[in-house]
Amino acid sequence: MQNIQDLEKILNSELNTKIKSSFIKHNQIYLKIDESDLTEVILFLKTNSKTKFRQLIDITAVDFPENEIRFKLVYLLLSHEFNQRIIIEMDVKEKEIVGSITSIFPAANWMEREVFDMYGIDFKDHPDLRRILTDYGFEGHPLRKDFPLTGHNEVRYSHETKKVIYEPVKLEQNYRNFDYESPWEGTKYIKEQTKE
Amino acid sequence: MAKETKTLNLNFGPQHPAAHGVLRLILQLDGEIVEKADPHIGLLHRGTEKLIENKTYTQAVPYFDRLDYVAPMNQEHAFALAIEKILKIEVPIRAQYIRVMFCEIGRILSHILNVTTQAMDVGALTPTLWGFEEREILMGFYEKVSGSRLHANYFRAGGVHQDLTKGLDKEIGKFCERFPKIINDLELLLTDNRIFKQRNVDIGVVSKQDALDYSFSGVMLRGSGVPWDLRKSQPYDCYEQFEFKIPVGKNGDCYDRYLCRIEEMKESVNIINQCLANLPVGPIKTDDGKISPPPKKEIKQSMEALIHHFKLYTEGYRVDKDEIYTAVEAPKGEFGVYLISDGSSKPYKCKIRAPGFSHLQAMDYLIKGHMLADVPAVLGSMDIVFGEVDR
Repeated sequence: MQNIQDLEKILNSELNTKIKSSFIKHNQIYLKIDESDLTEVILFLKTNSKTKFRQLIDITAVDFPENEIRFKLVYLLLSHEFNQRIIIEMDVKEKEIVGSITSIFPAANWMEREVFDMYGIDFKDHPDLRRILTDYGFEGHPLRKDFPLTGHNEVRYSHETKKVIYEPVKLEQNYRNFDYESPWEGTKYIKEQTKE
Repeated sequence: MAKETKTLNLNFGPQHPAAHGVLRLILQLDGEIVEKADPHIGLLHRGTEKLIENKTYTQAVPYFDRLDYVAPMNQEHAFALAIEKILKIEVPIRAQYIRVMFCEIGRILSHILNVTTQAMDVGALTPTLWGFEEREILMGFYEKVSGSRLHANYFRAGGVHQDLTKGLDKEIGKFCERFPKIINDLELLLTDNRIFKQRNVDIGVVSKQDALDYSFSGVMLRGSGVPWDLRKSQPYDCYEQFEFKIPVGKNGDCYDRYLCRIEEMKESVNIINQCLANLPVGPIKTDDGKISPPPKKEIKQSMEALIHHFKLYTEGYRVDKDEIYTAVEAPKGEFGVYLISDGSSKPYKCKIRAPGFSHLQAMDYLIKGHMLADVPAVLGSMDIVFGEVDR
């Protein structure tokens, strides 16, 4: 097993212009890169004999609605030879189009479709960018933080029309998000007072 | 005169017994040869990841049972490990042993289901009936330890919910004595069975390189000859204390994957036996009162315990701001949790990496050029469970 510190050094020396920052935590390497360097970095990690990250584990995104650059796109890679994991992160604006890595990893196909479905991030040169997990004709991107937990539409079988129909969600009681934080720690005015 | 031919589109599922759940497969057929397969998934999508973002860490555990519902505890394990790594919790050794034991029981549960239903898909009914009798016993163990047969909700960050009931270890021991014979019976029915071999040998062949490129894991990867098992290569809990072998296939076809699963069941029995032989005594969850709830007896007498209990079941415990990916070797492959915590008592983001998702993706690659009748065989050997594919 190659030492994780050595591996980080190799990455930093070989890719130094492309890496914005890197650190090691929980025995994994975290890399931060620019969106424009994505395909090059992934291709390097996959093919270079010192890294050999030959398996793409997953692609996902994280939504930070309050940030100016809203999304963080995350690629998880695994190297069997050196028994290491790497987490590649990059910031993506809301309507930015990201390069697809399906030509490097065929497995990226569905993973990118899922990110597109759940977060609405577009991928350039993706062979078949359709929704994957949500219903046919679904609108919105469910894992965005501003999408309501209970959704917009519900379906039921209608006896009158003899088919399945879509209706706006009607709940007897809305989902309630209780604030359980301790009053002596959480309440705003106390927080403000203790700060002063 | 040239014969006029036409490709046929066939809709396989979502209500089809060989689709192993709610898979809609759109097949393009040239006669009986499959030219293209386009799986439509998401019919069982429940938005697990979104729900978890809105629940406390304790409330999130049951959602993991509902992913791969034939081996529930293996999934909970990945989530528990993620929280433990962030919070740097020491898990008591007895809890680790119990968790390993029940993960292996989960592996047997899943492999019995898969091997026998795969046999049923290609025409053998008996293995299913024999196998399900054993699953029933194993689910009995689940029930004895957690209270429910399927949706266990048993693993916690820092240990397990409660200790083994009295005499359960002996019962599991008895099962382990008997079970190798049952595997042998199943093998007698299938391994050299002419029909079973005709339907599985050289069907759905995956090369080493393609298995890596398509993000295969677990048996799908090992069946193609890649010796990779997270229990060995990145051991979690106390797996490094056990001796077991990793069966690896040669040809990467459906038959090799079947053989791998059979061997893995034998290894699992072996691990459970080692667990039972060395089961340590001691606590079964961390004694940190901020994370694991106090015993009922203490709540009646201690003010501190009462407050802890109240806080843990309303607000829940808080997890420091961090991000982490942890993976376990679930029966179907690498099951991972990518967790982002923001210091509150609810996860900010919890991405679930399900092995079946990548396996099903390769359906088109696997089935191209095969006959229509091979579709159930390939699908069966991929070990698809829709709970985890659709999440």
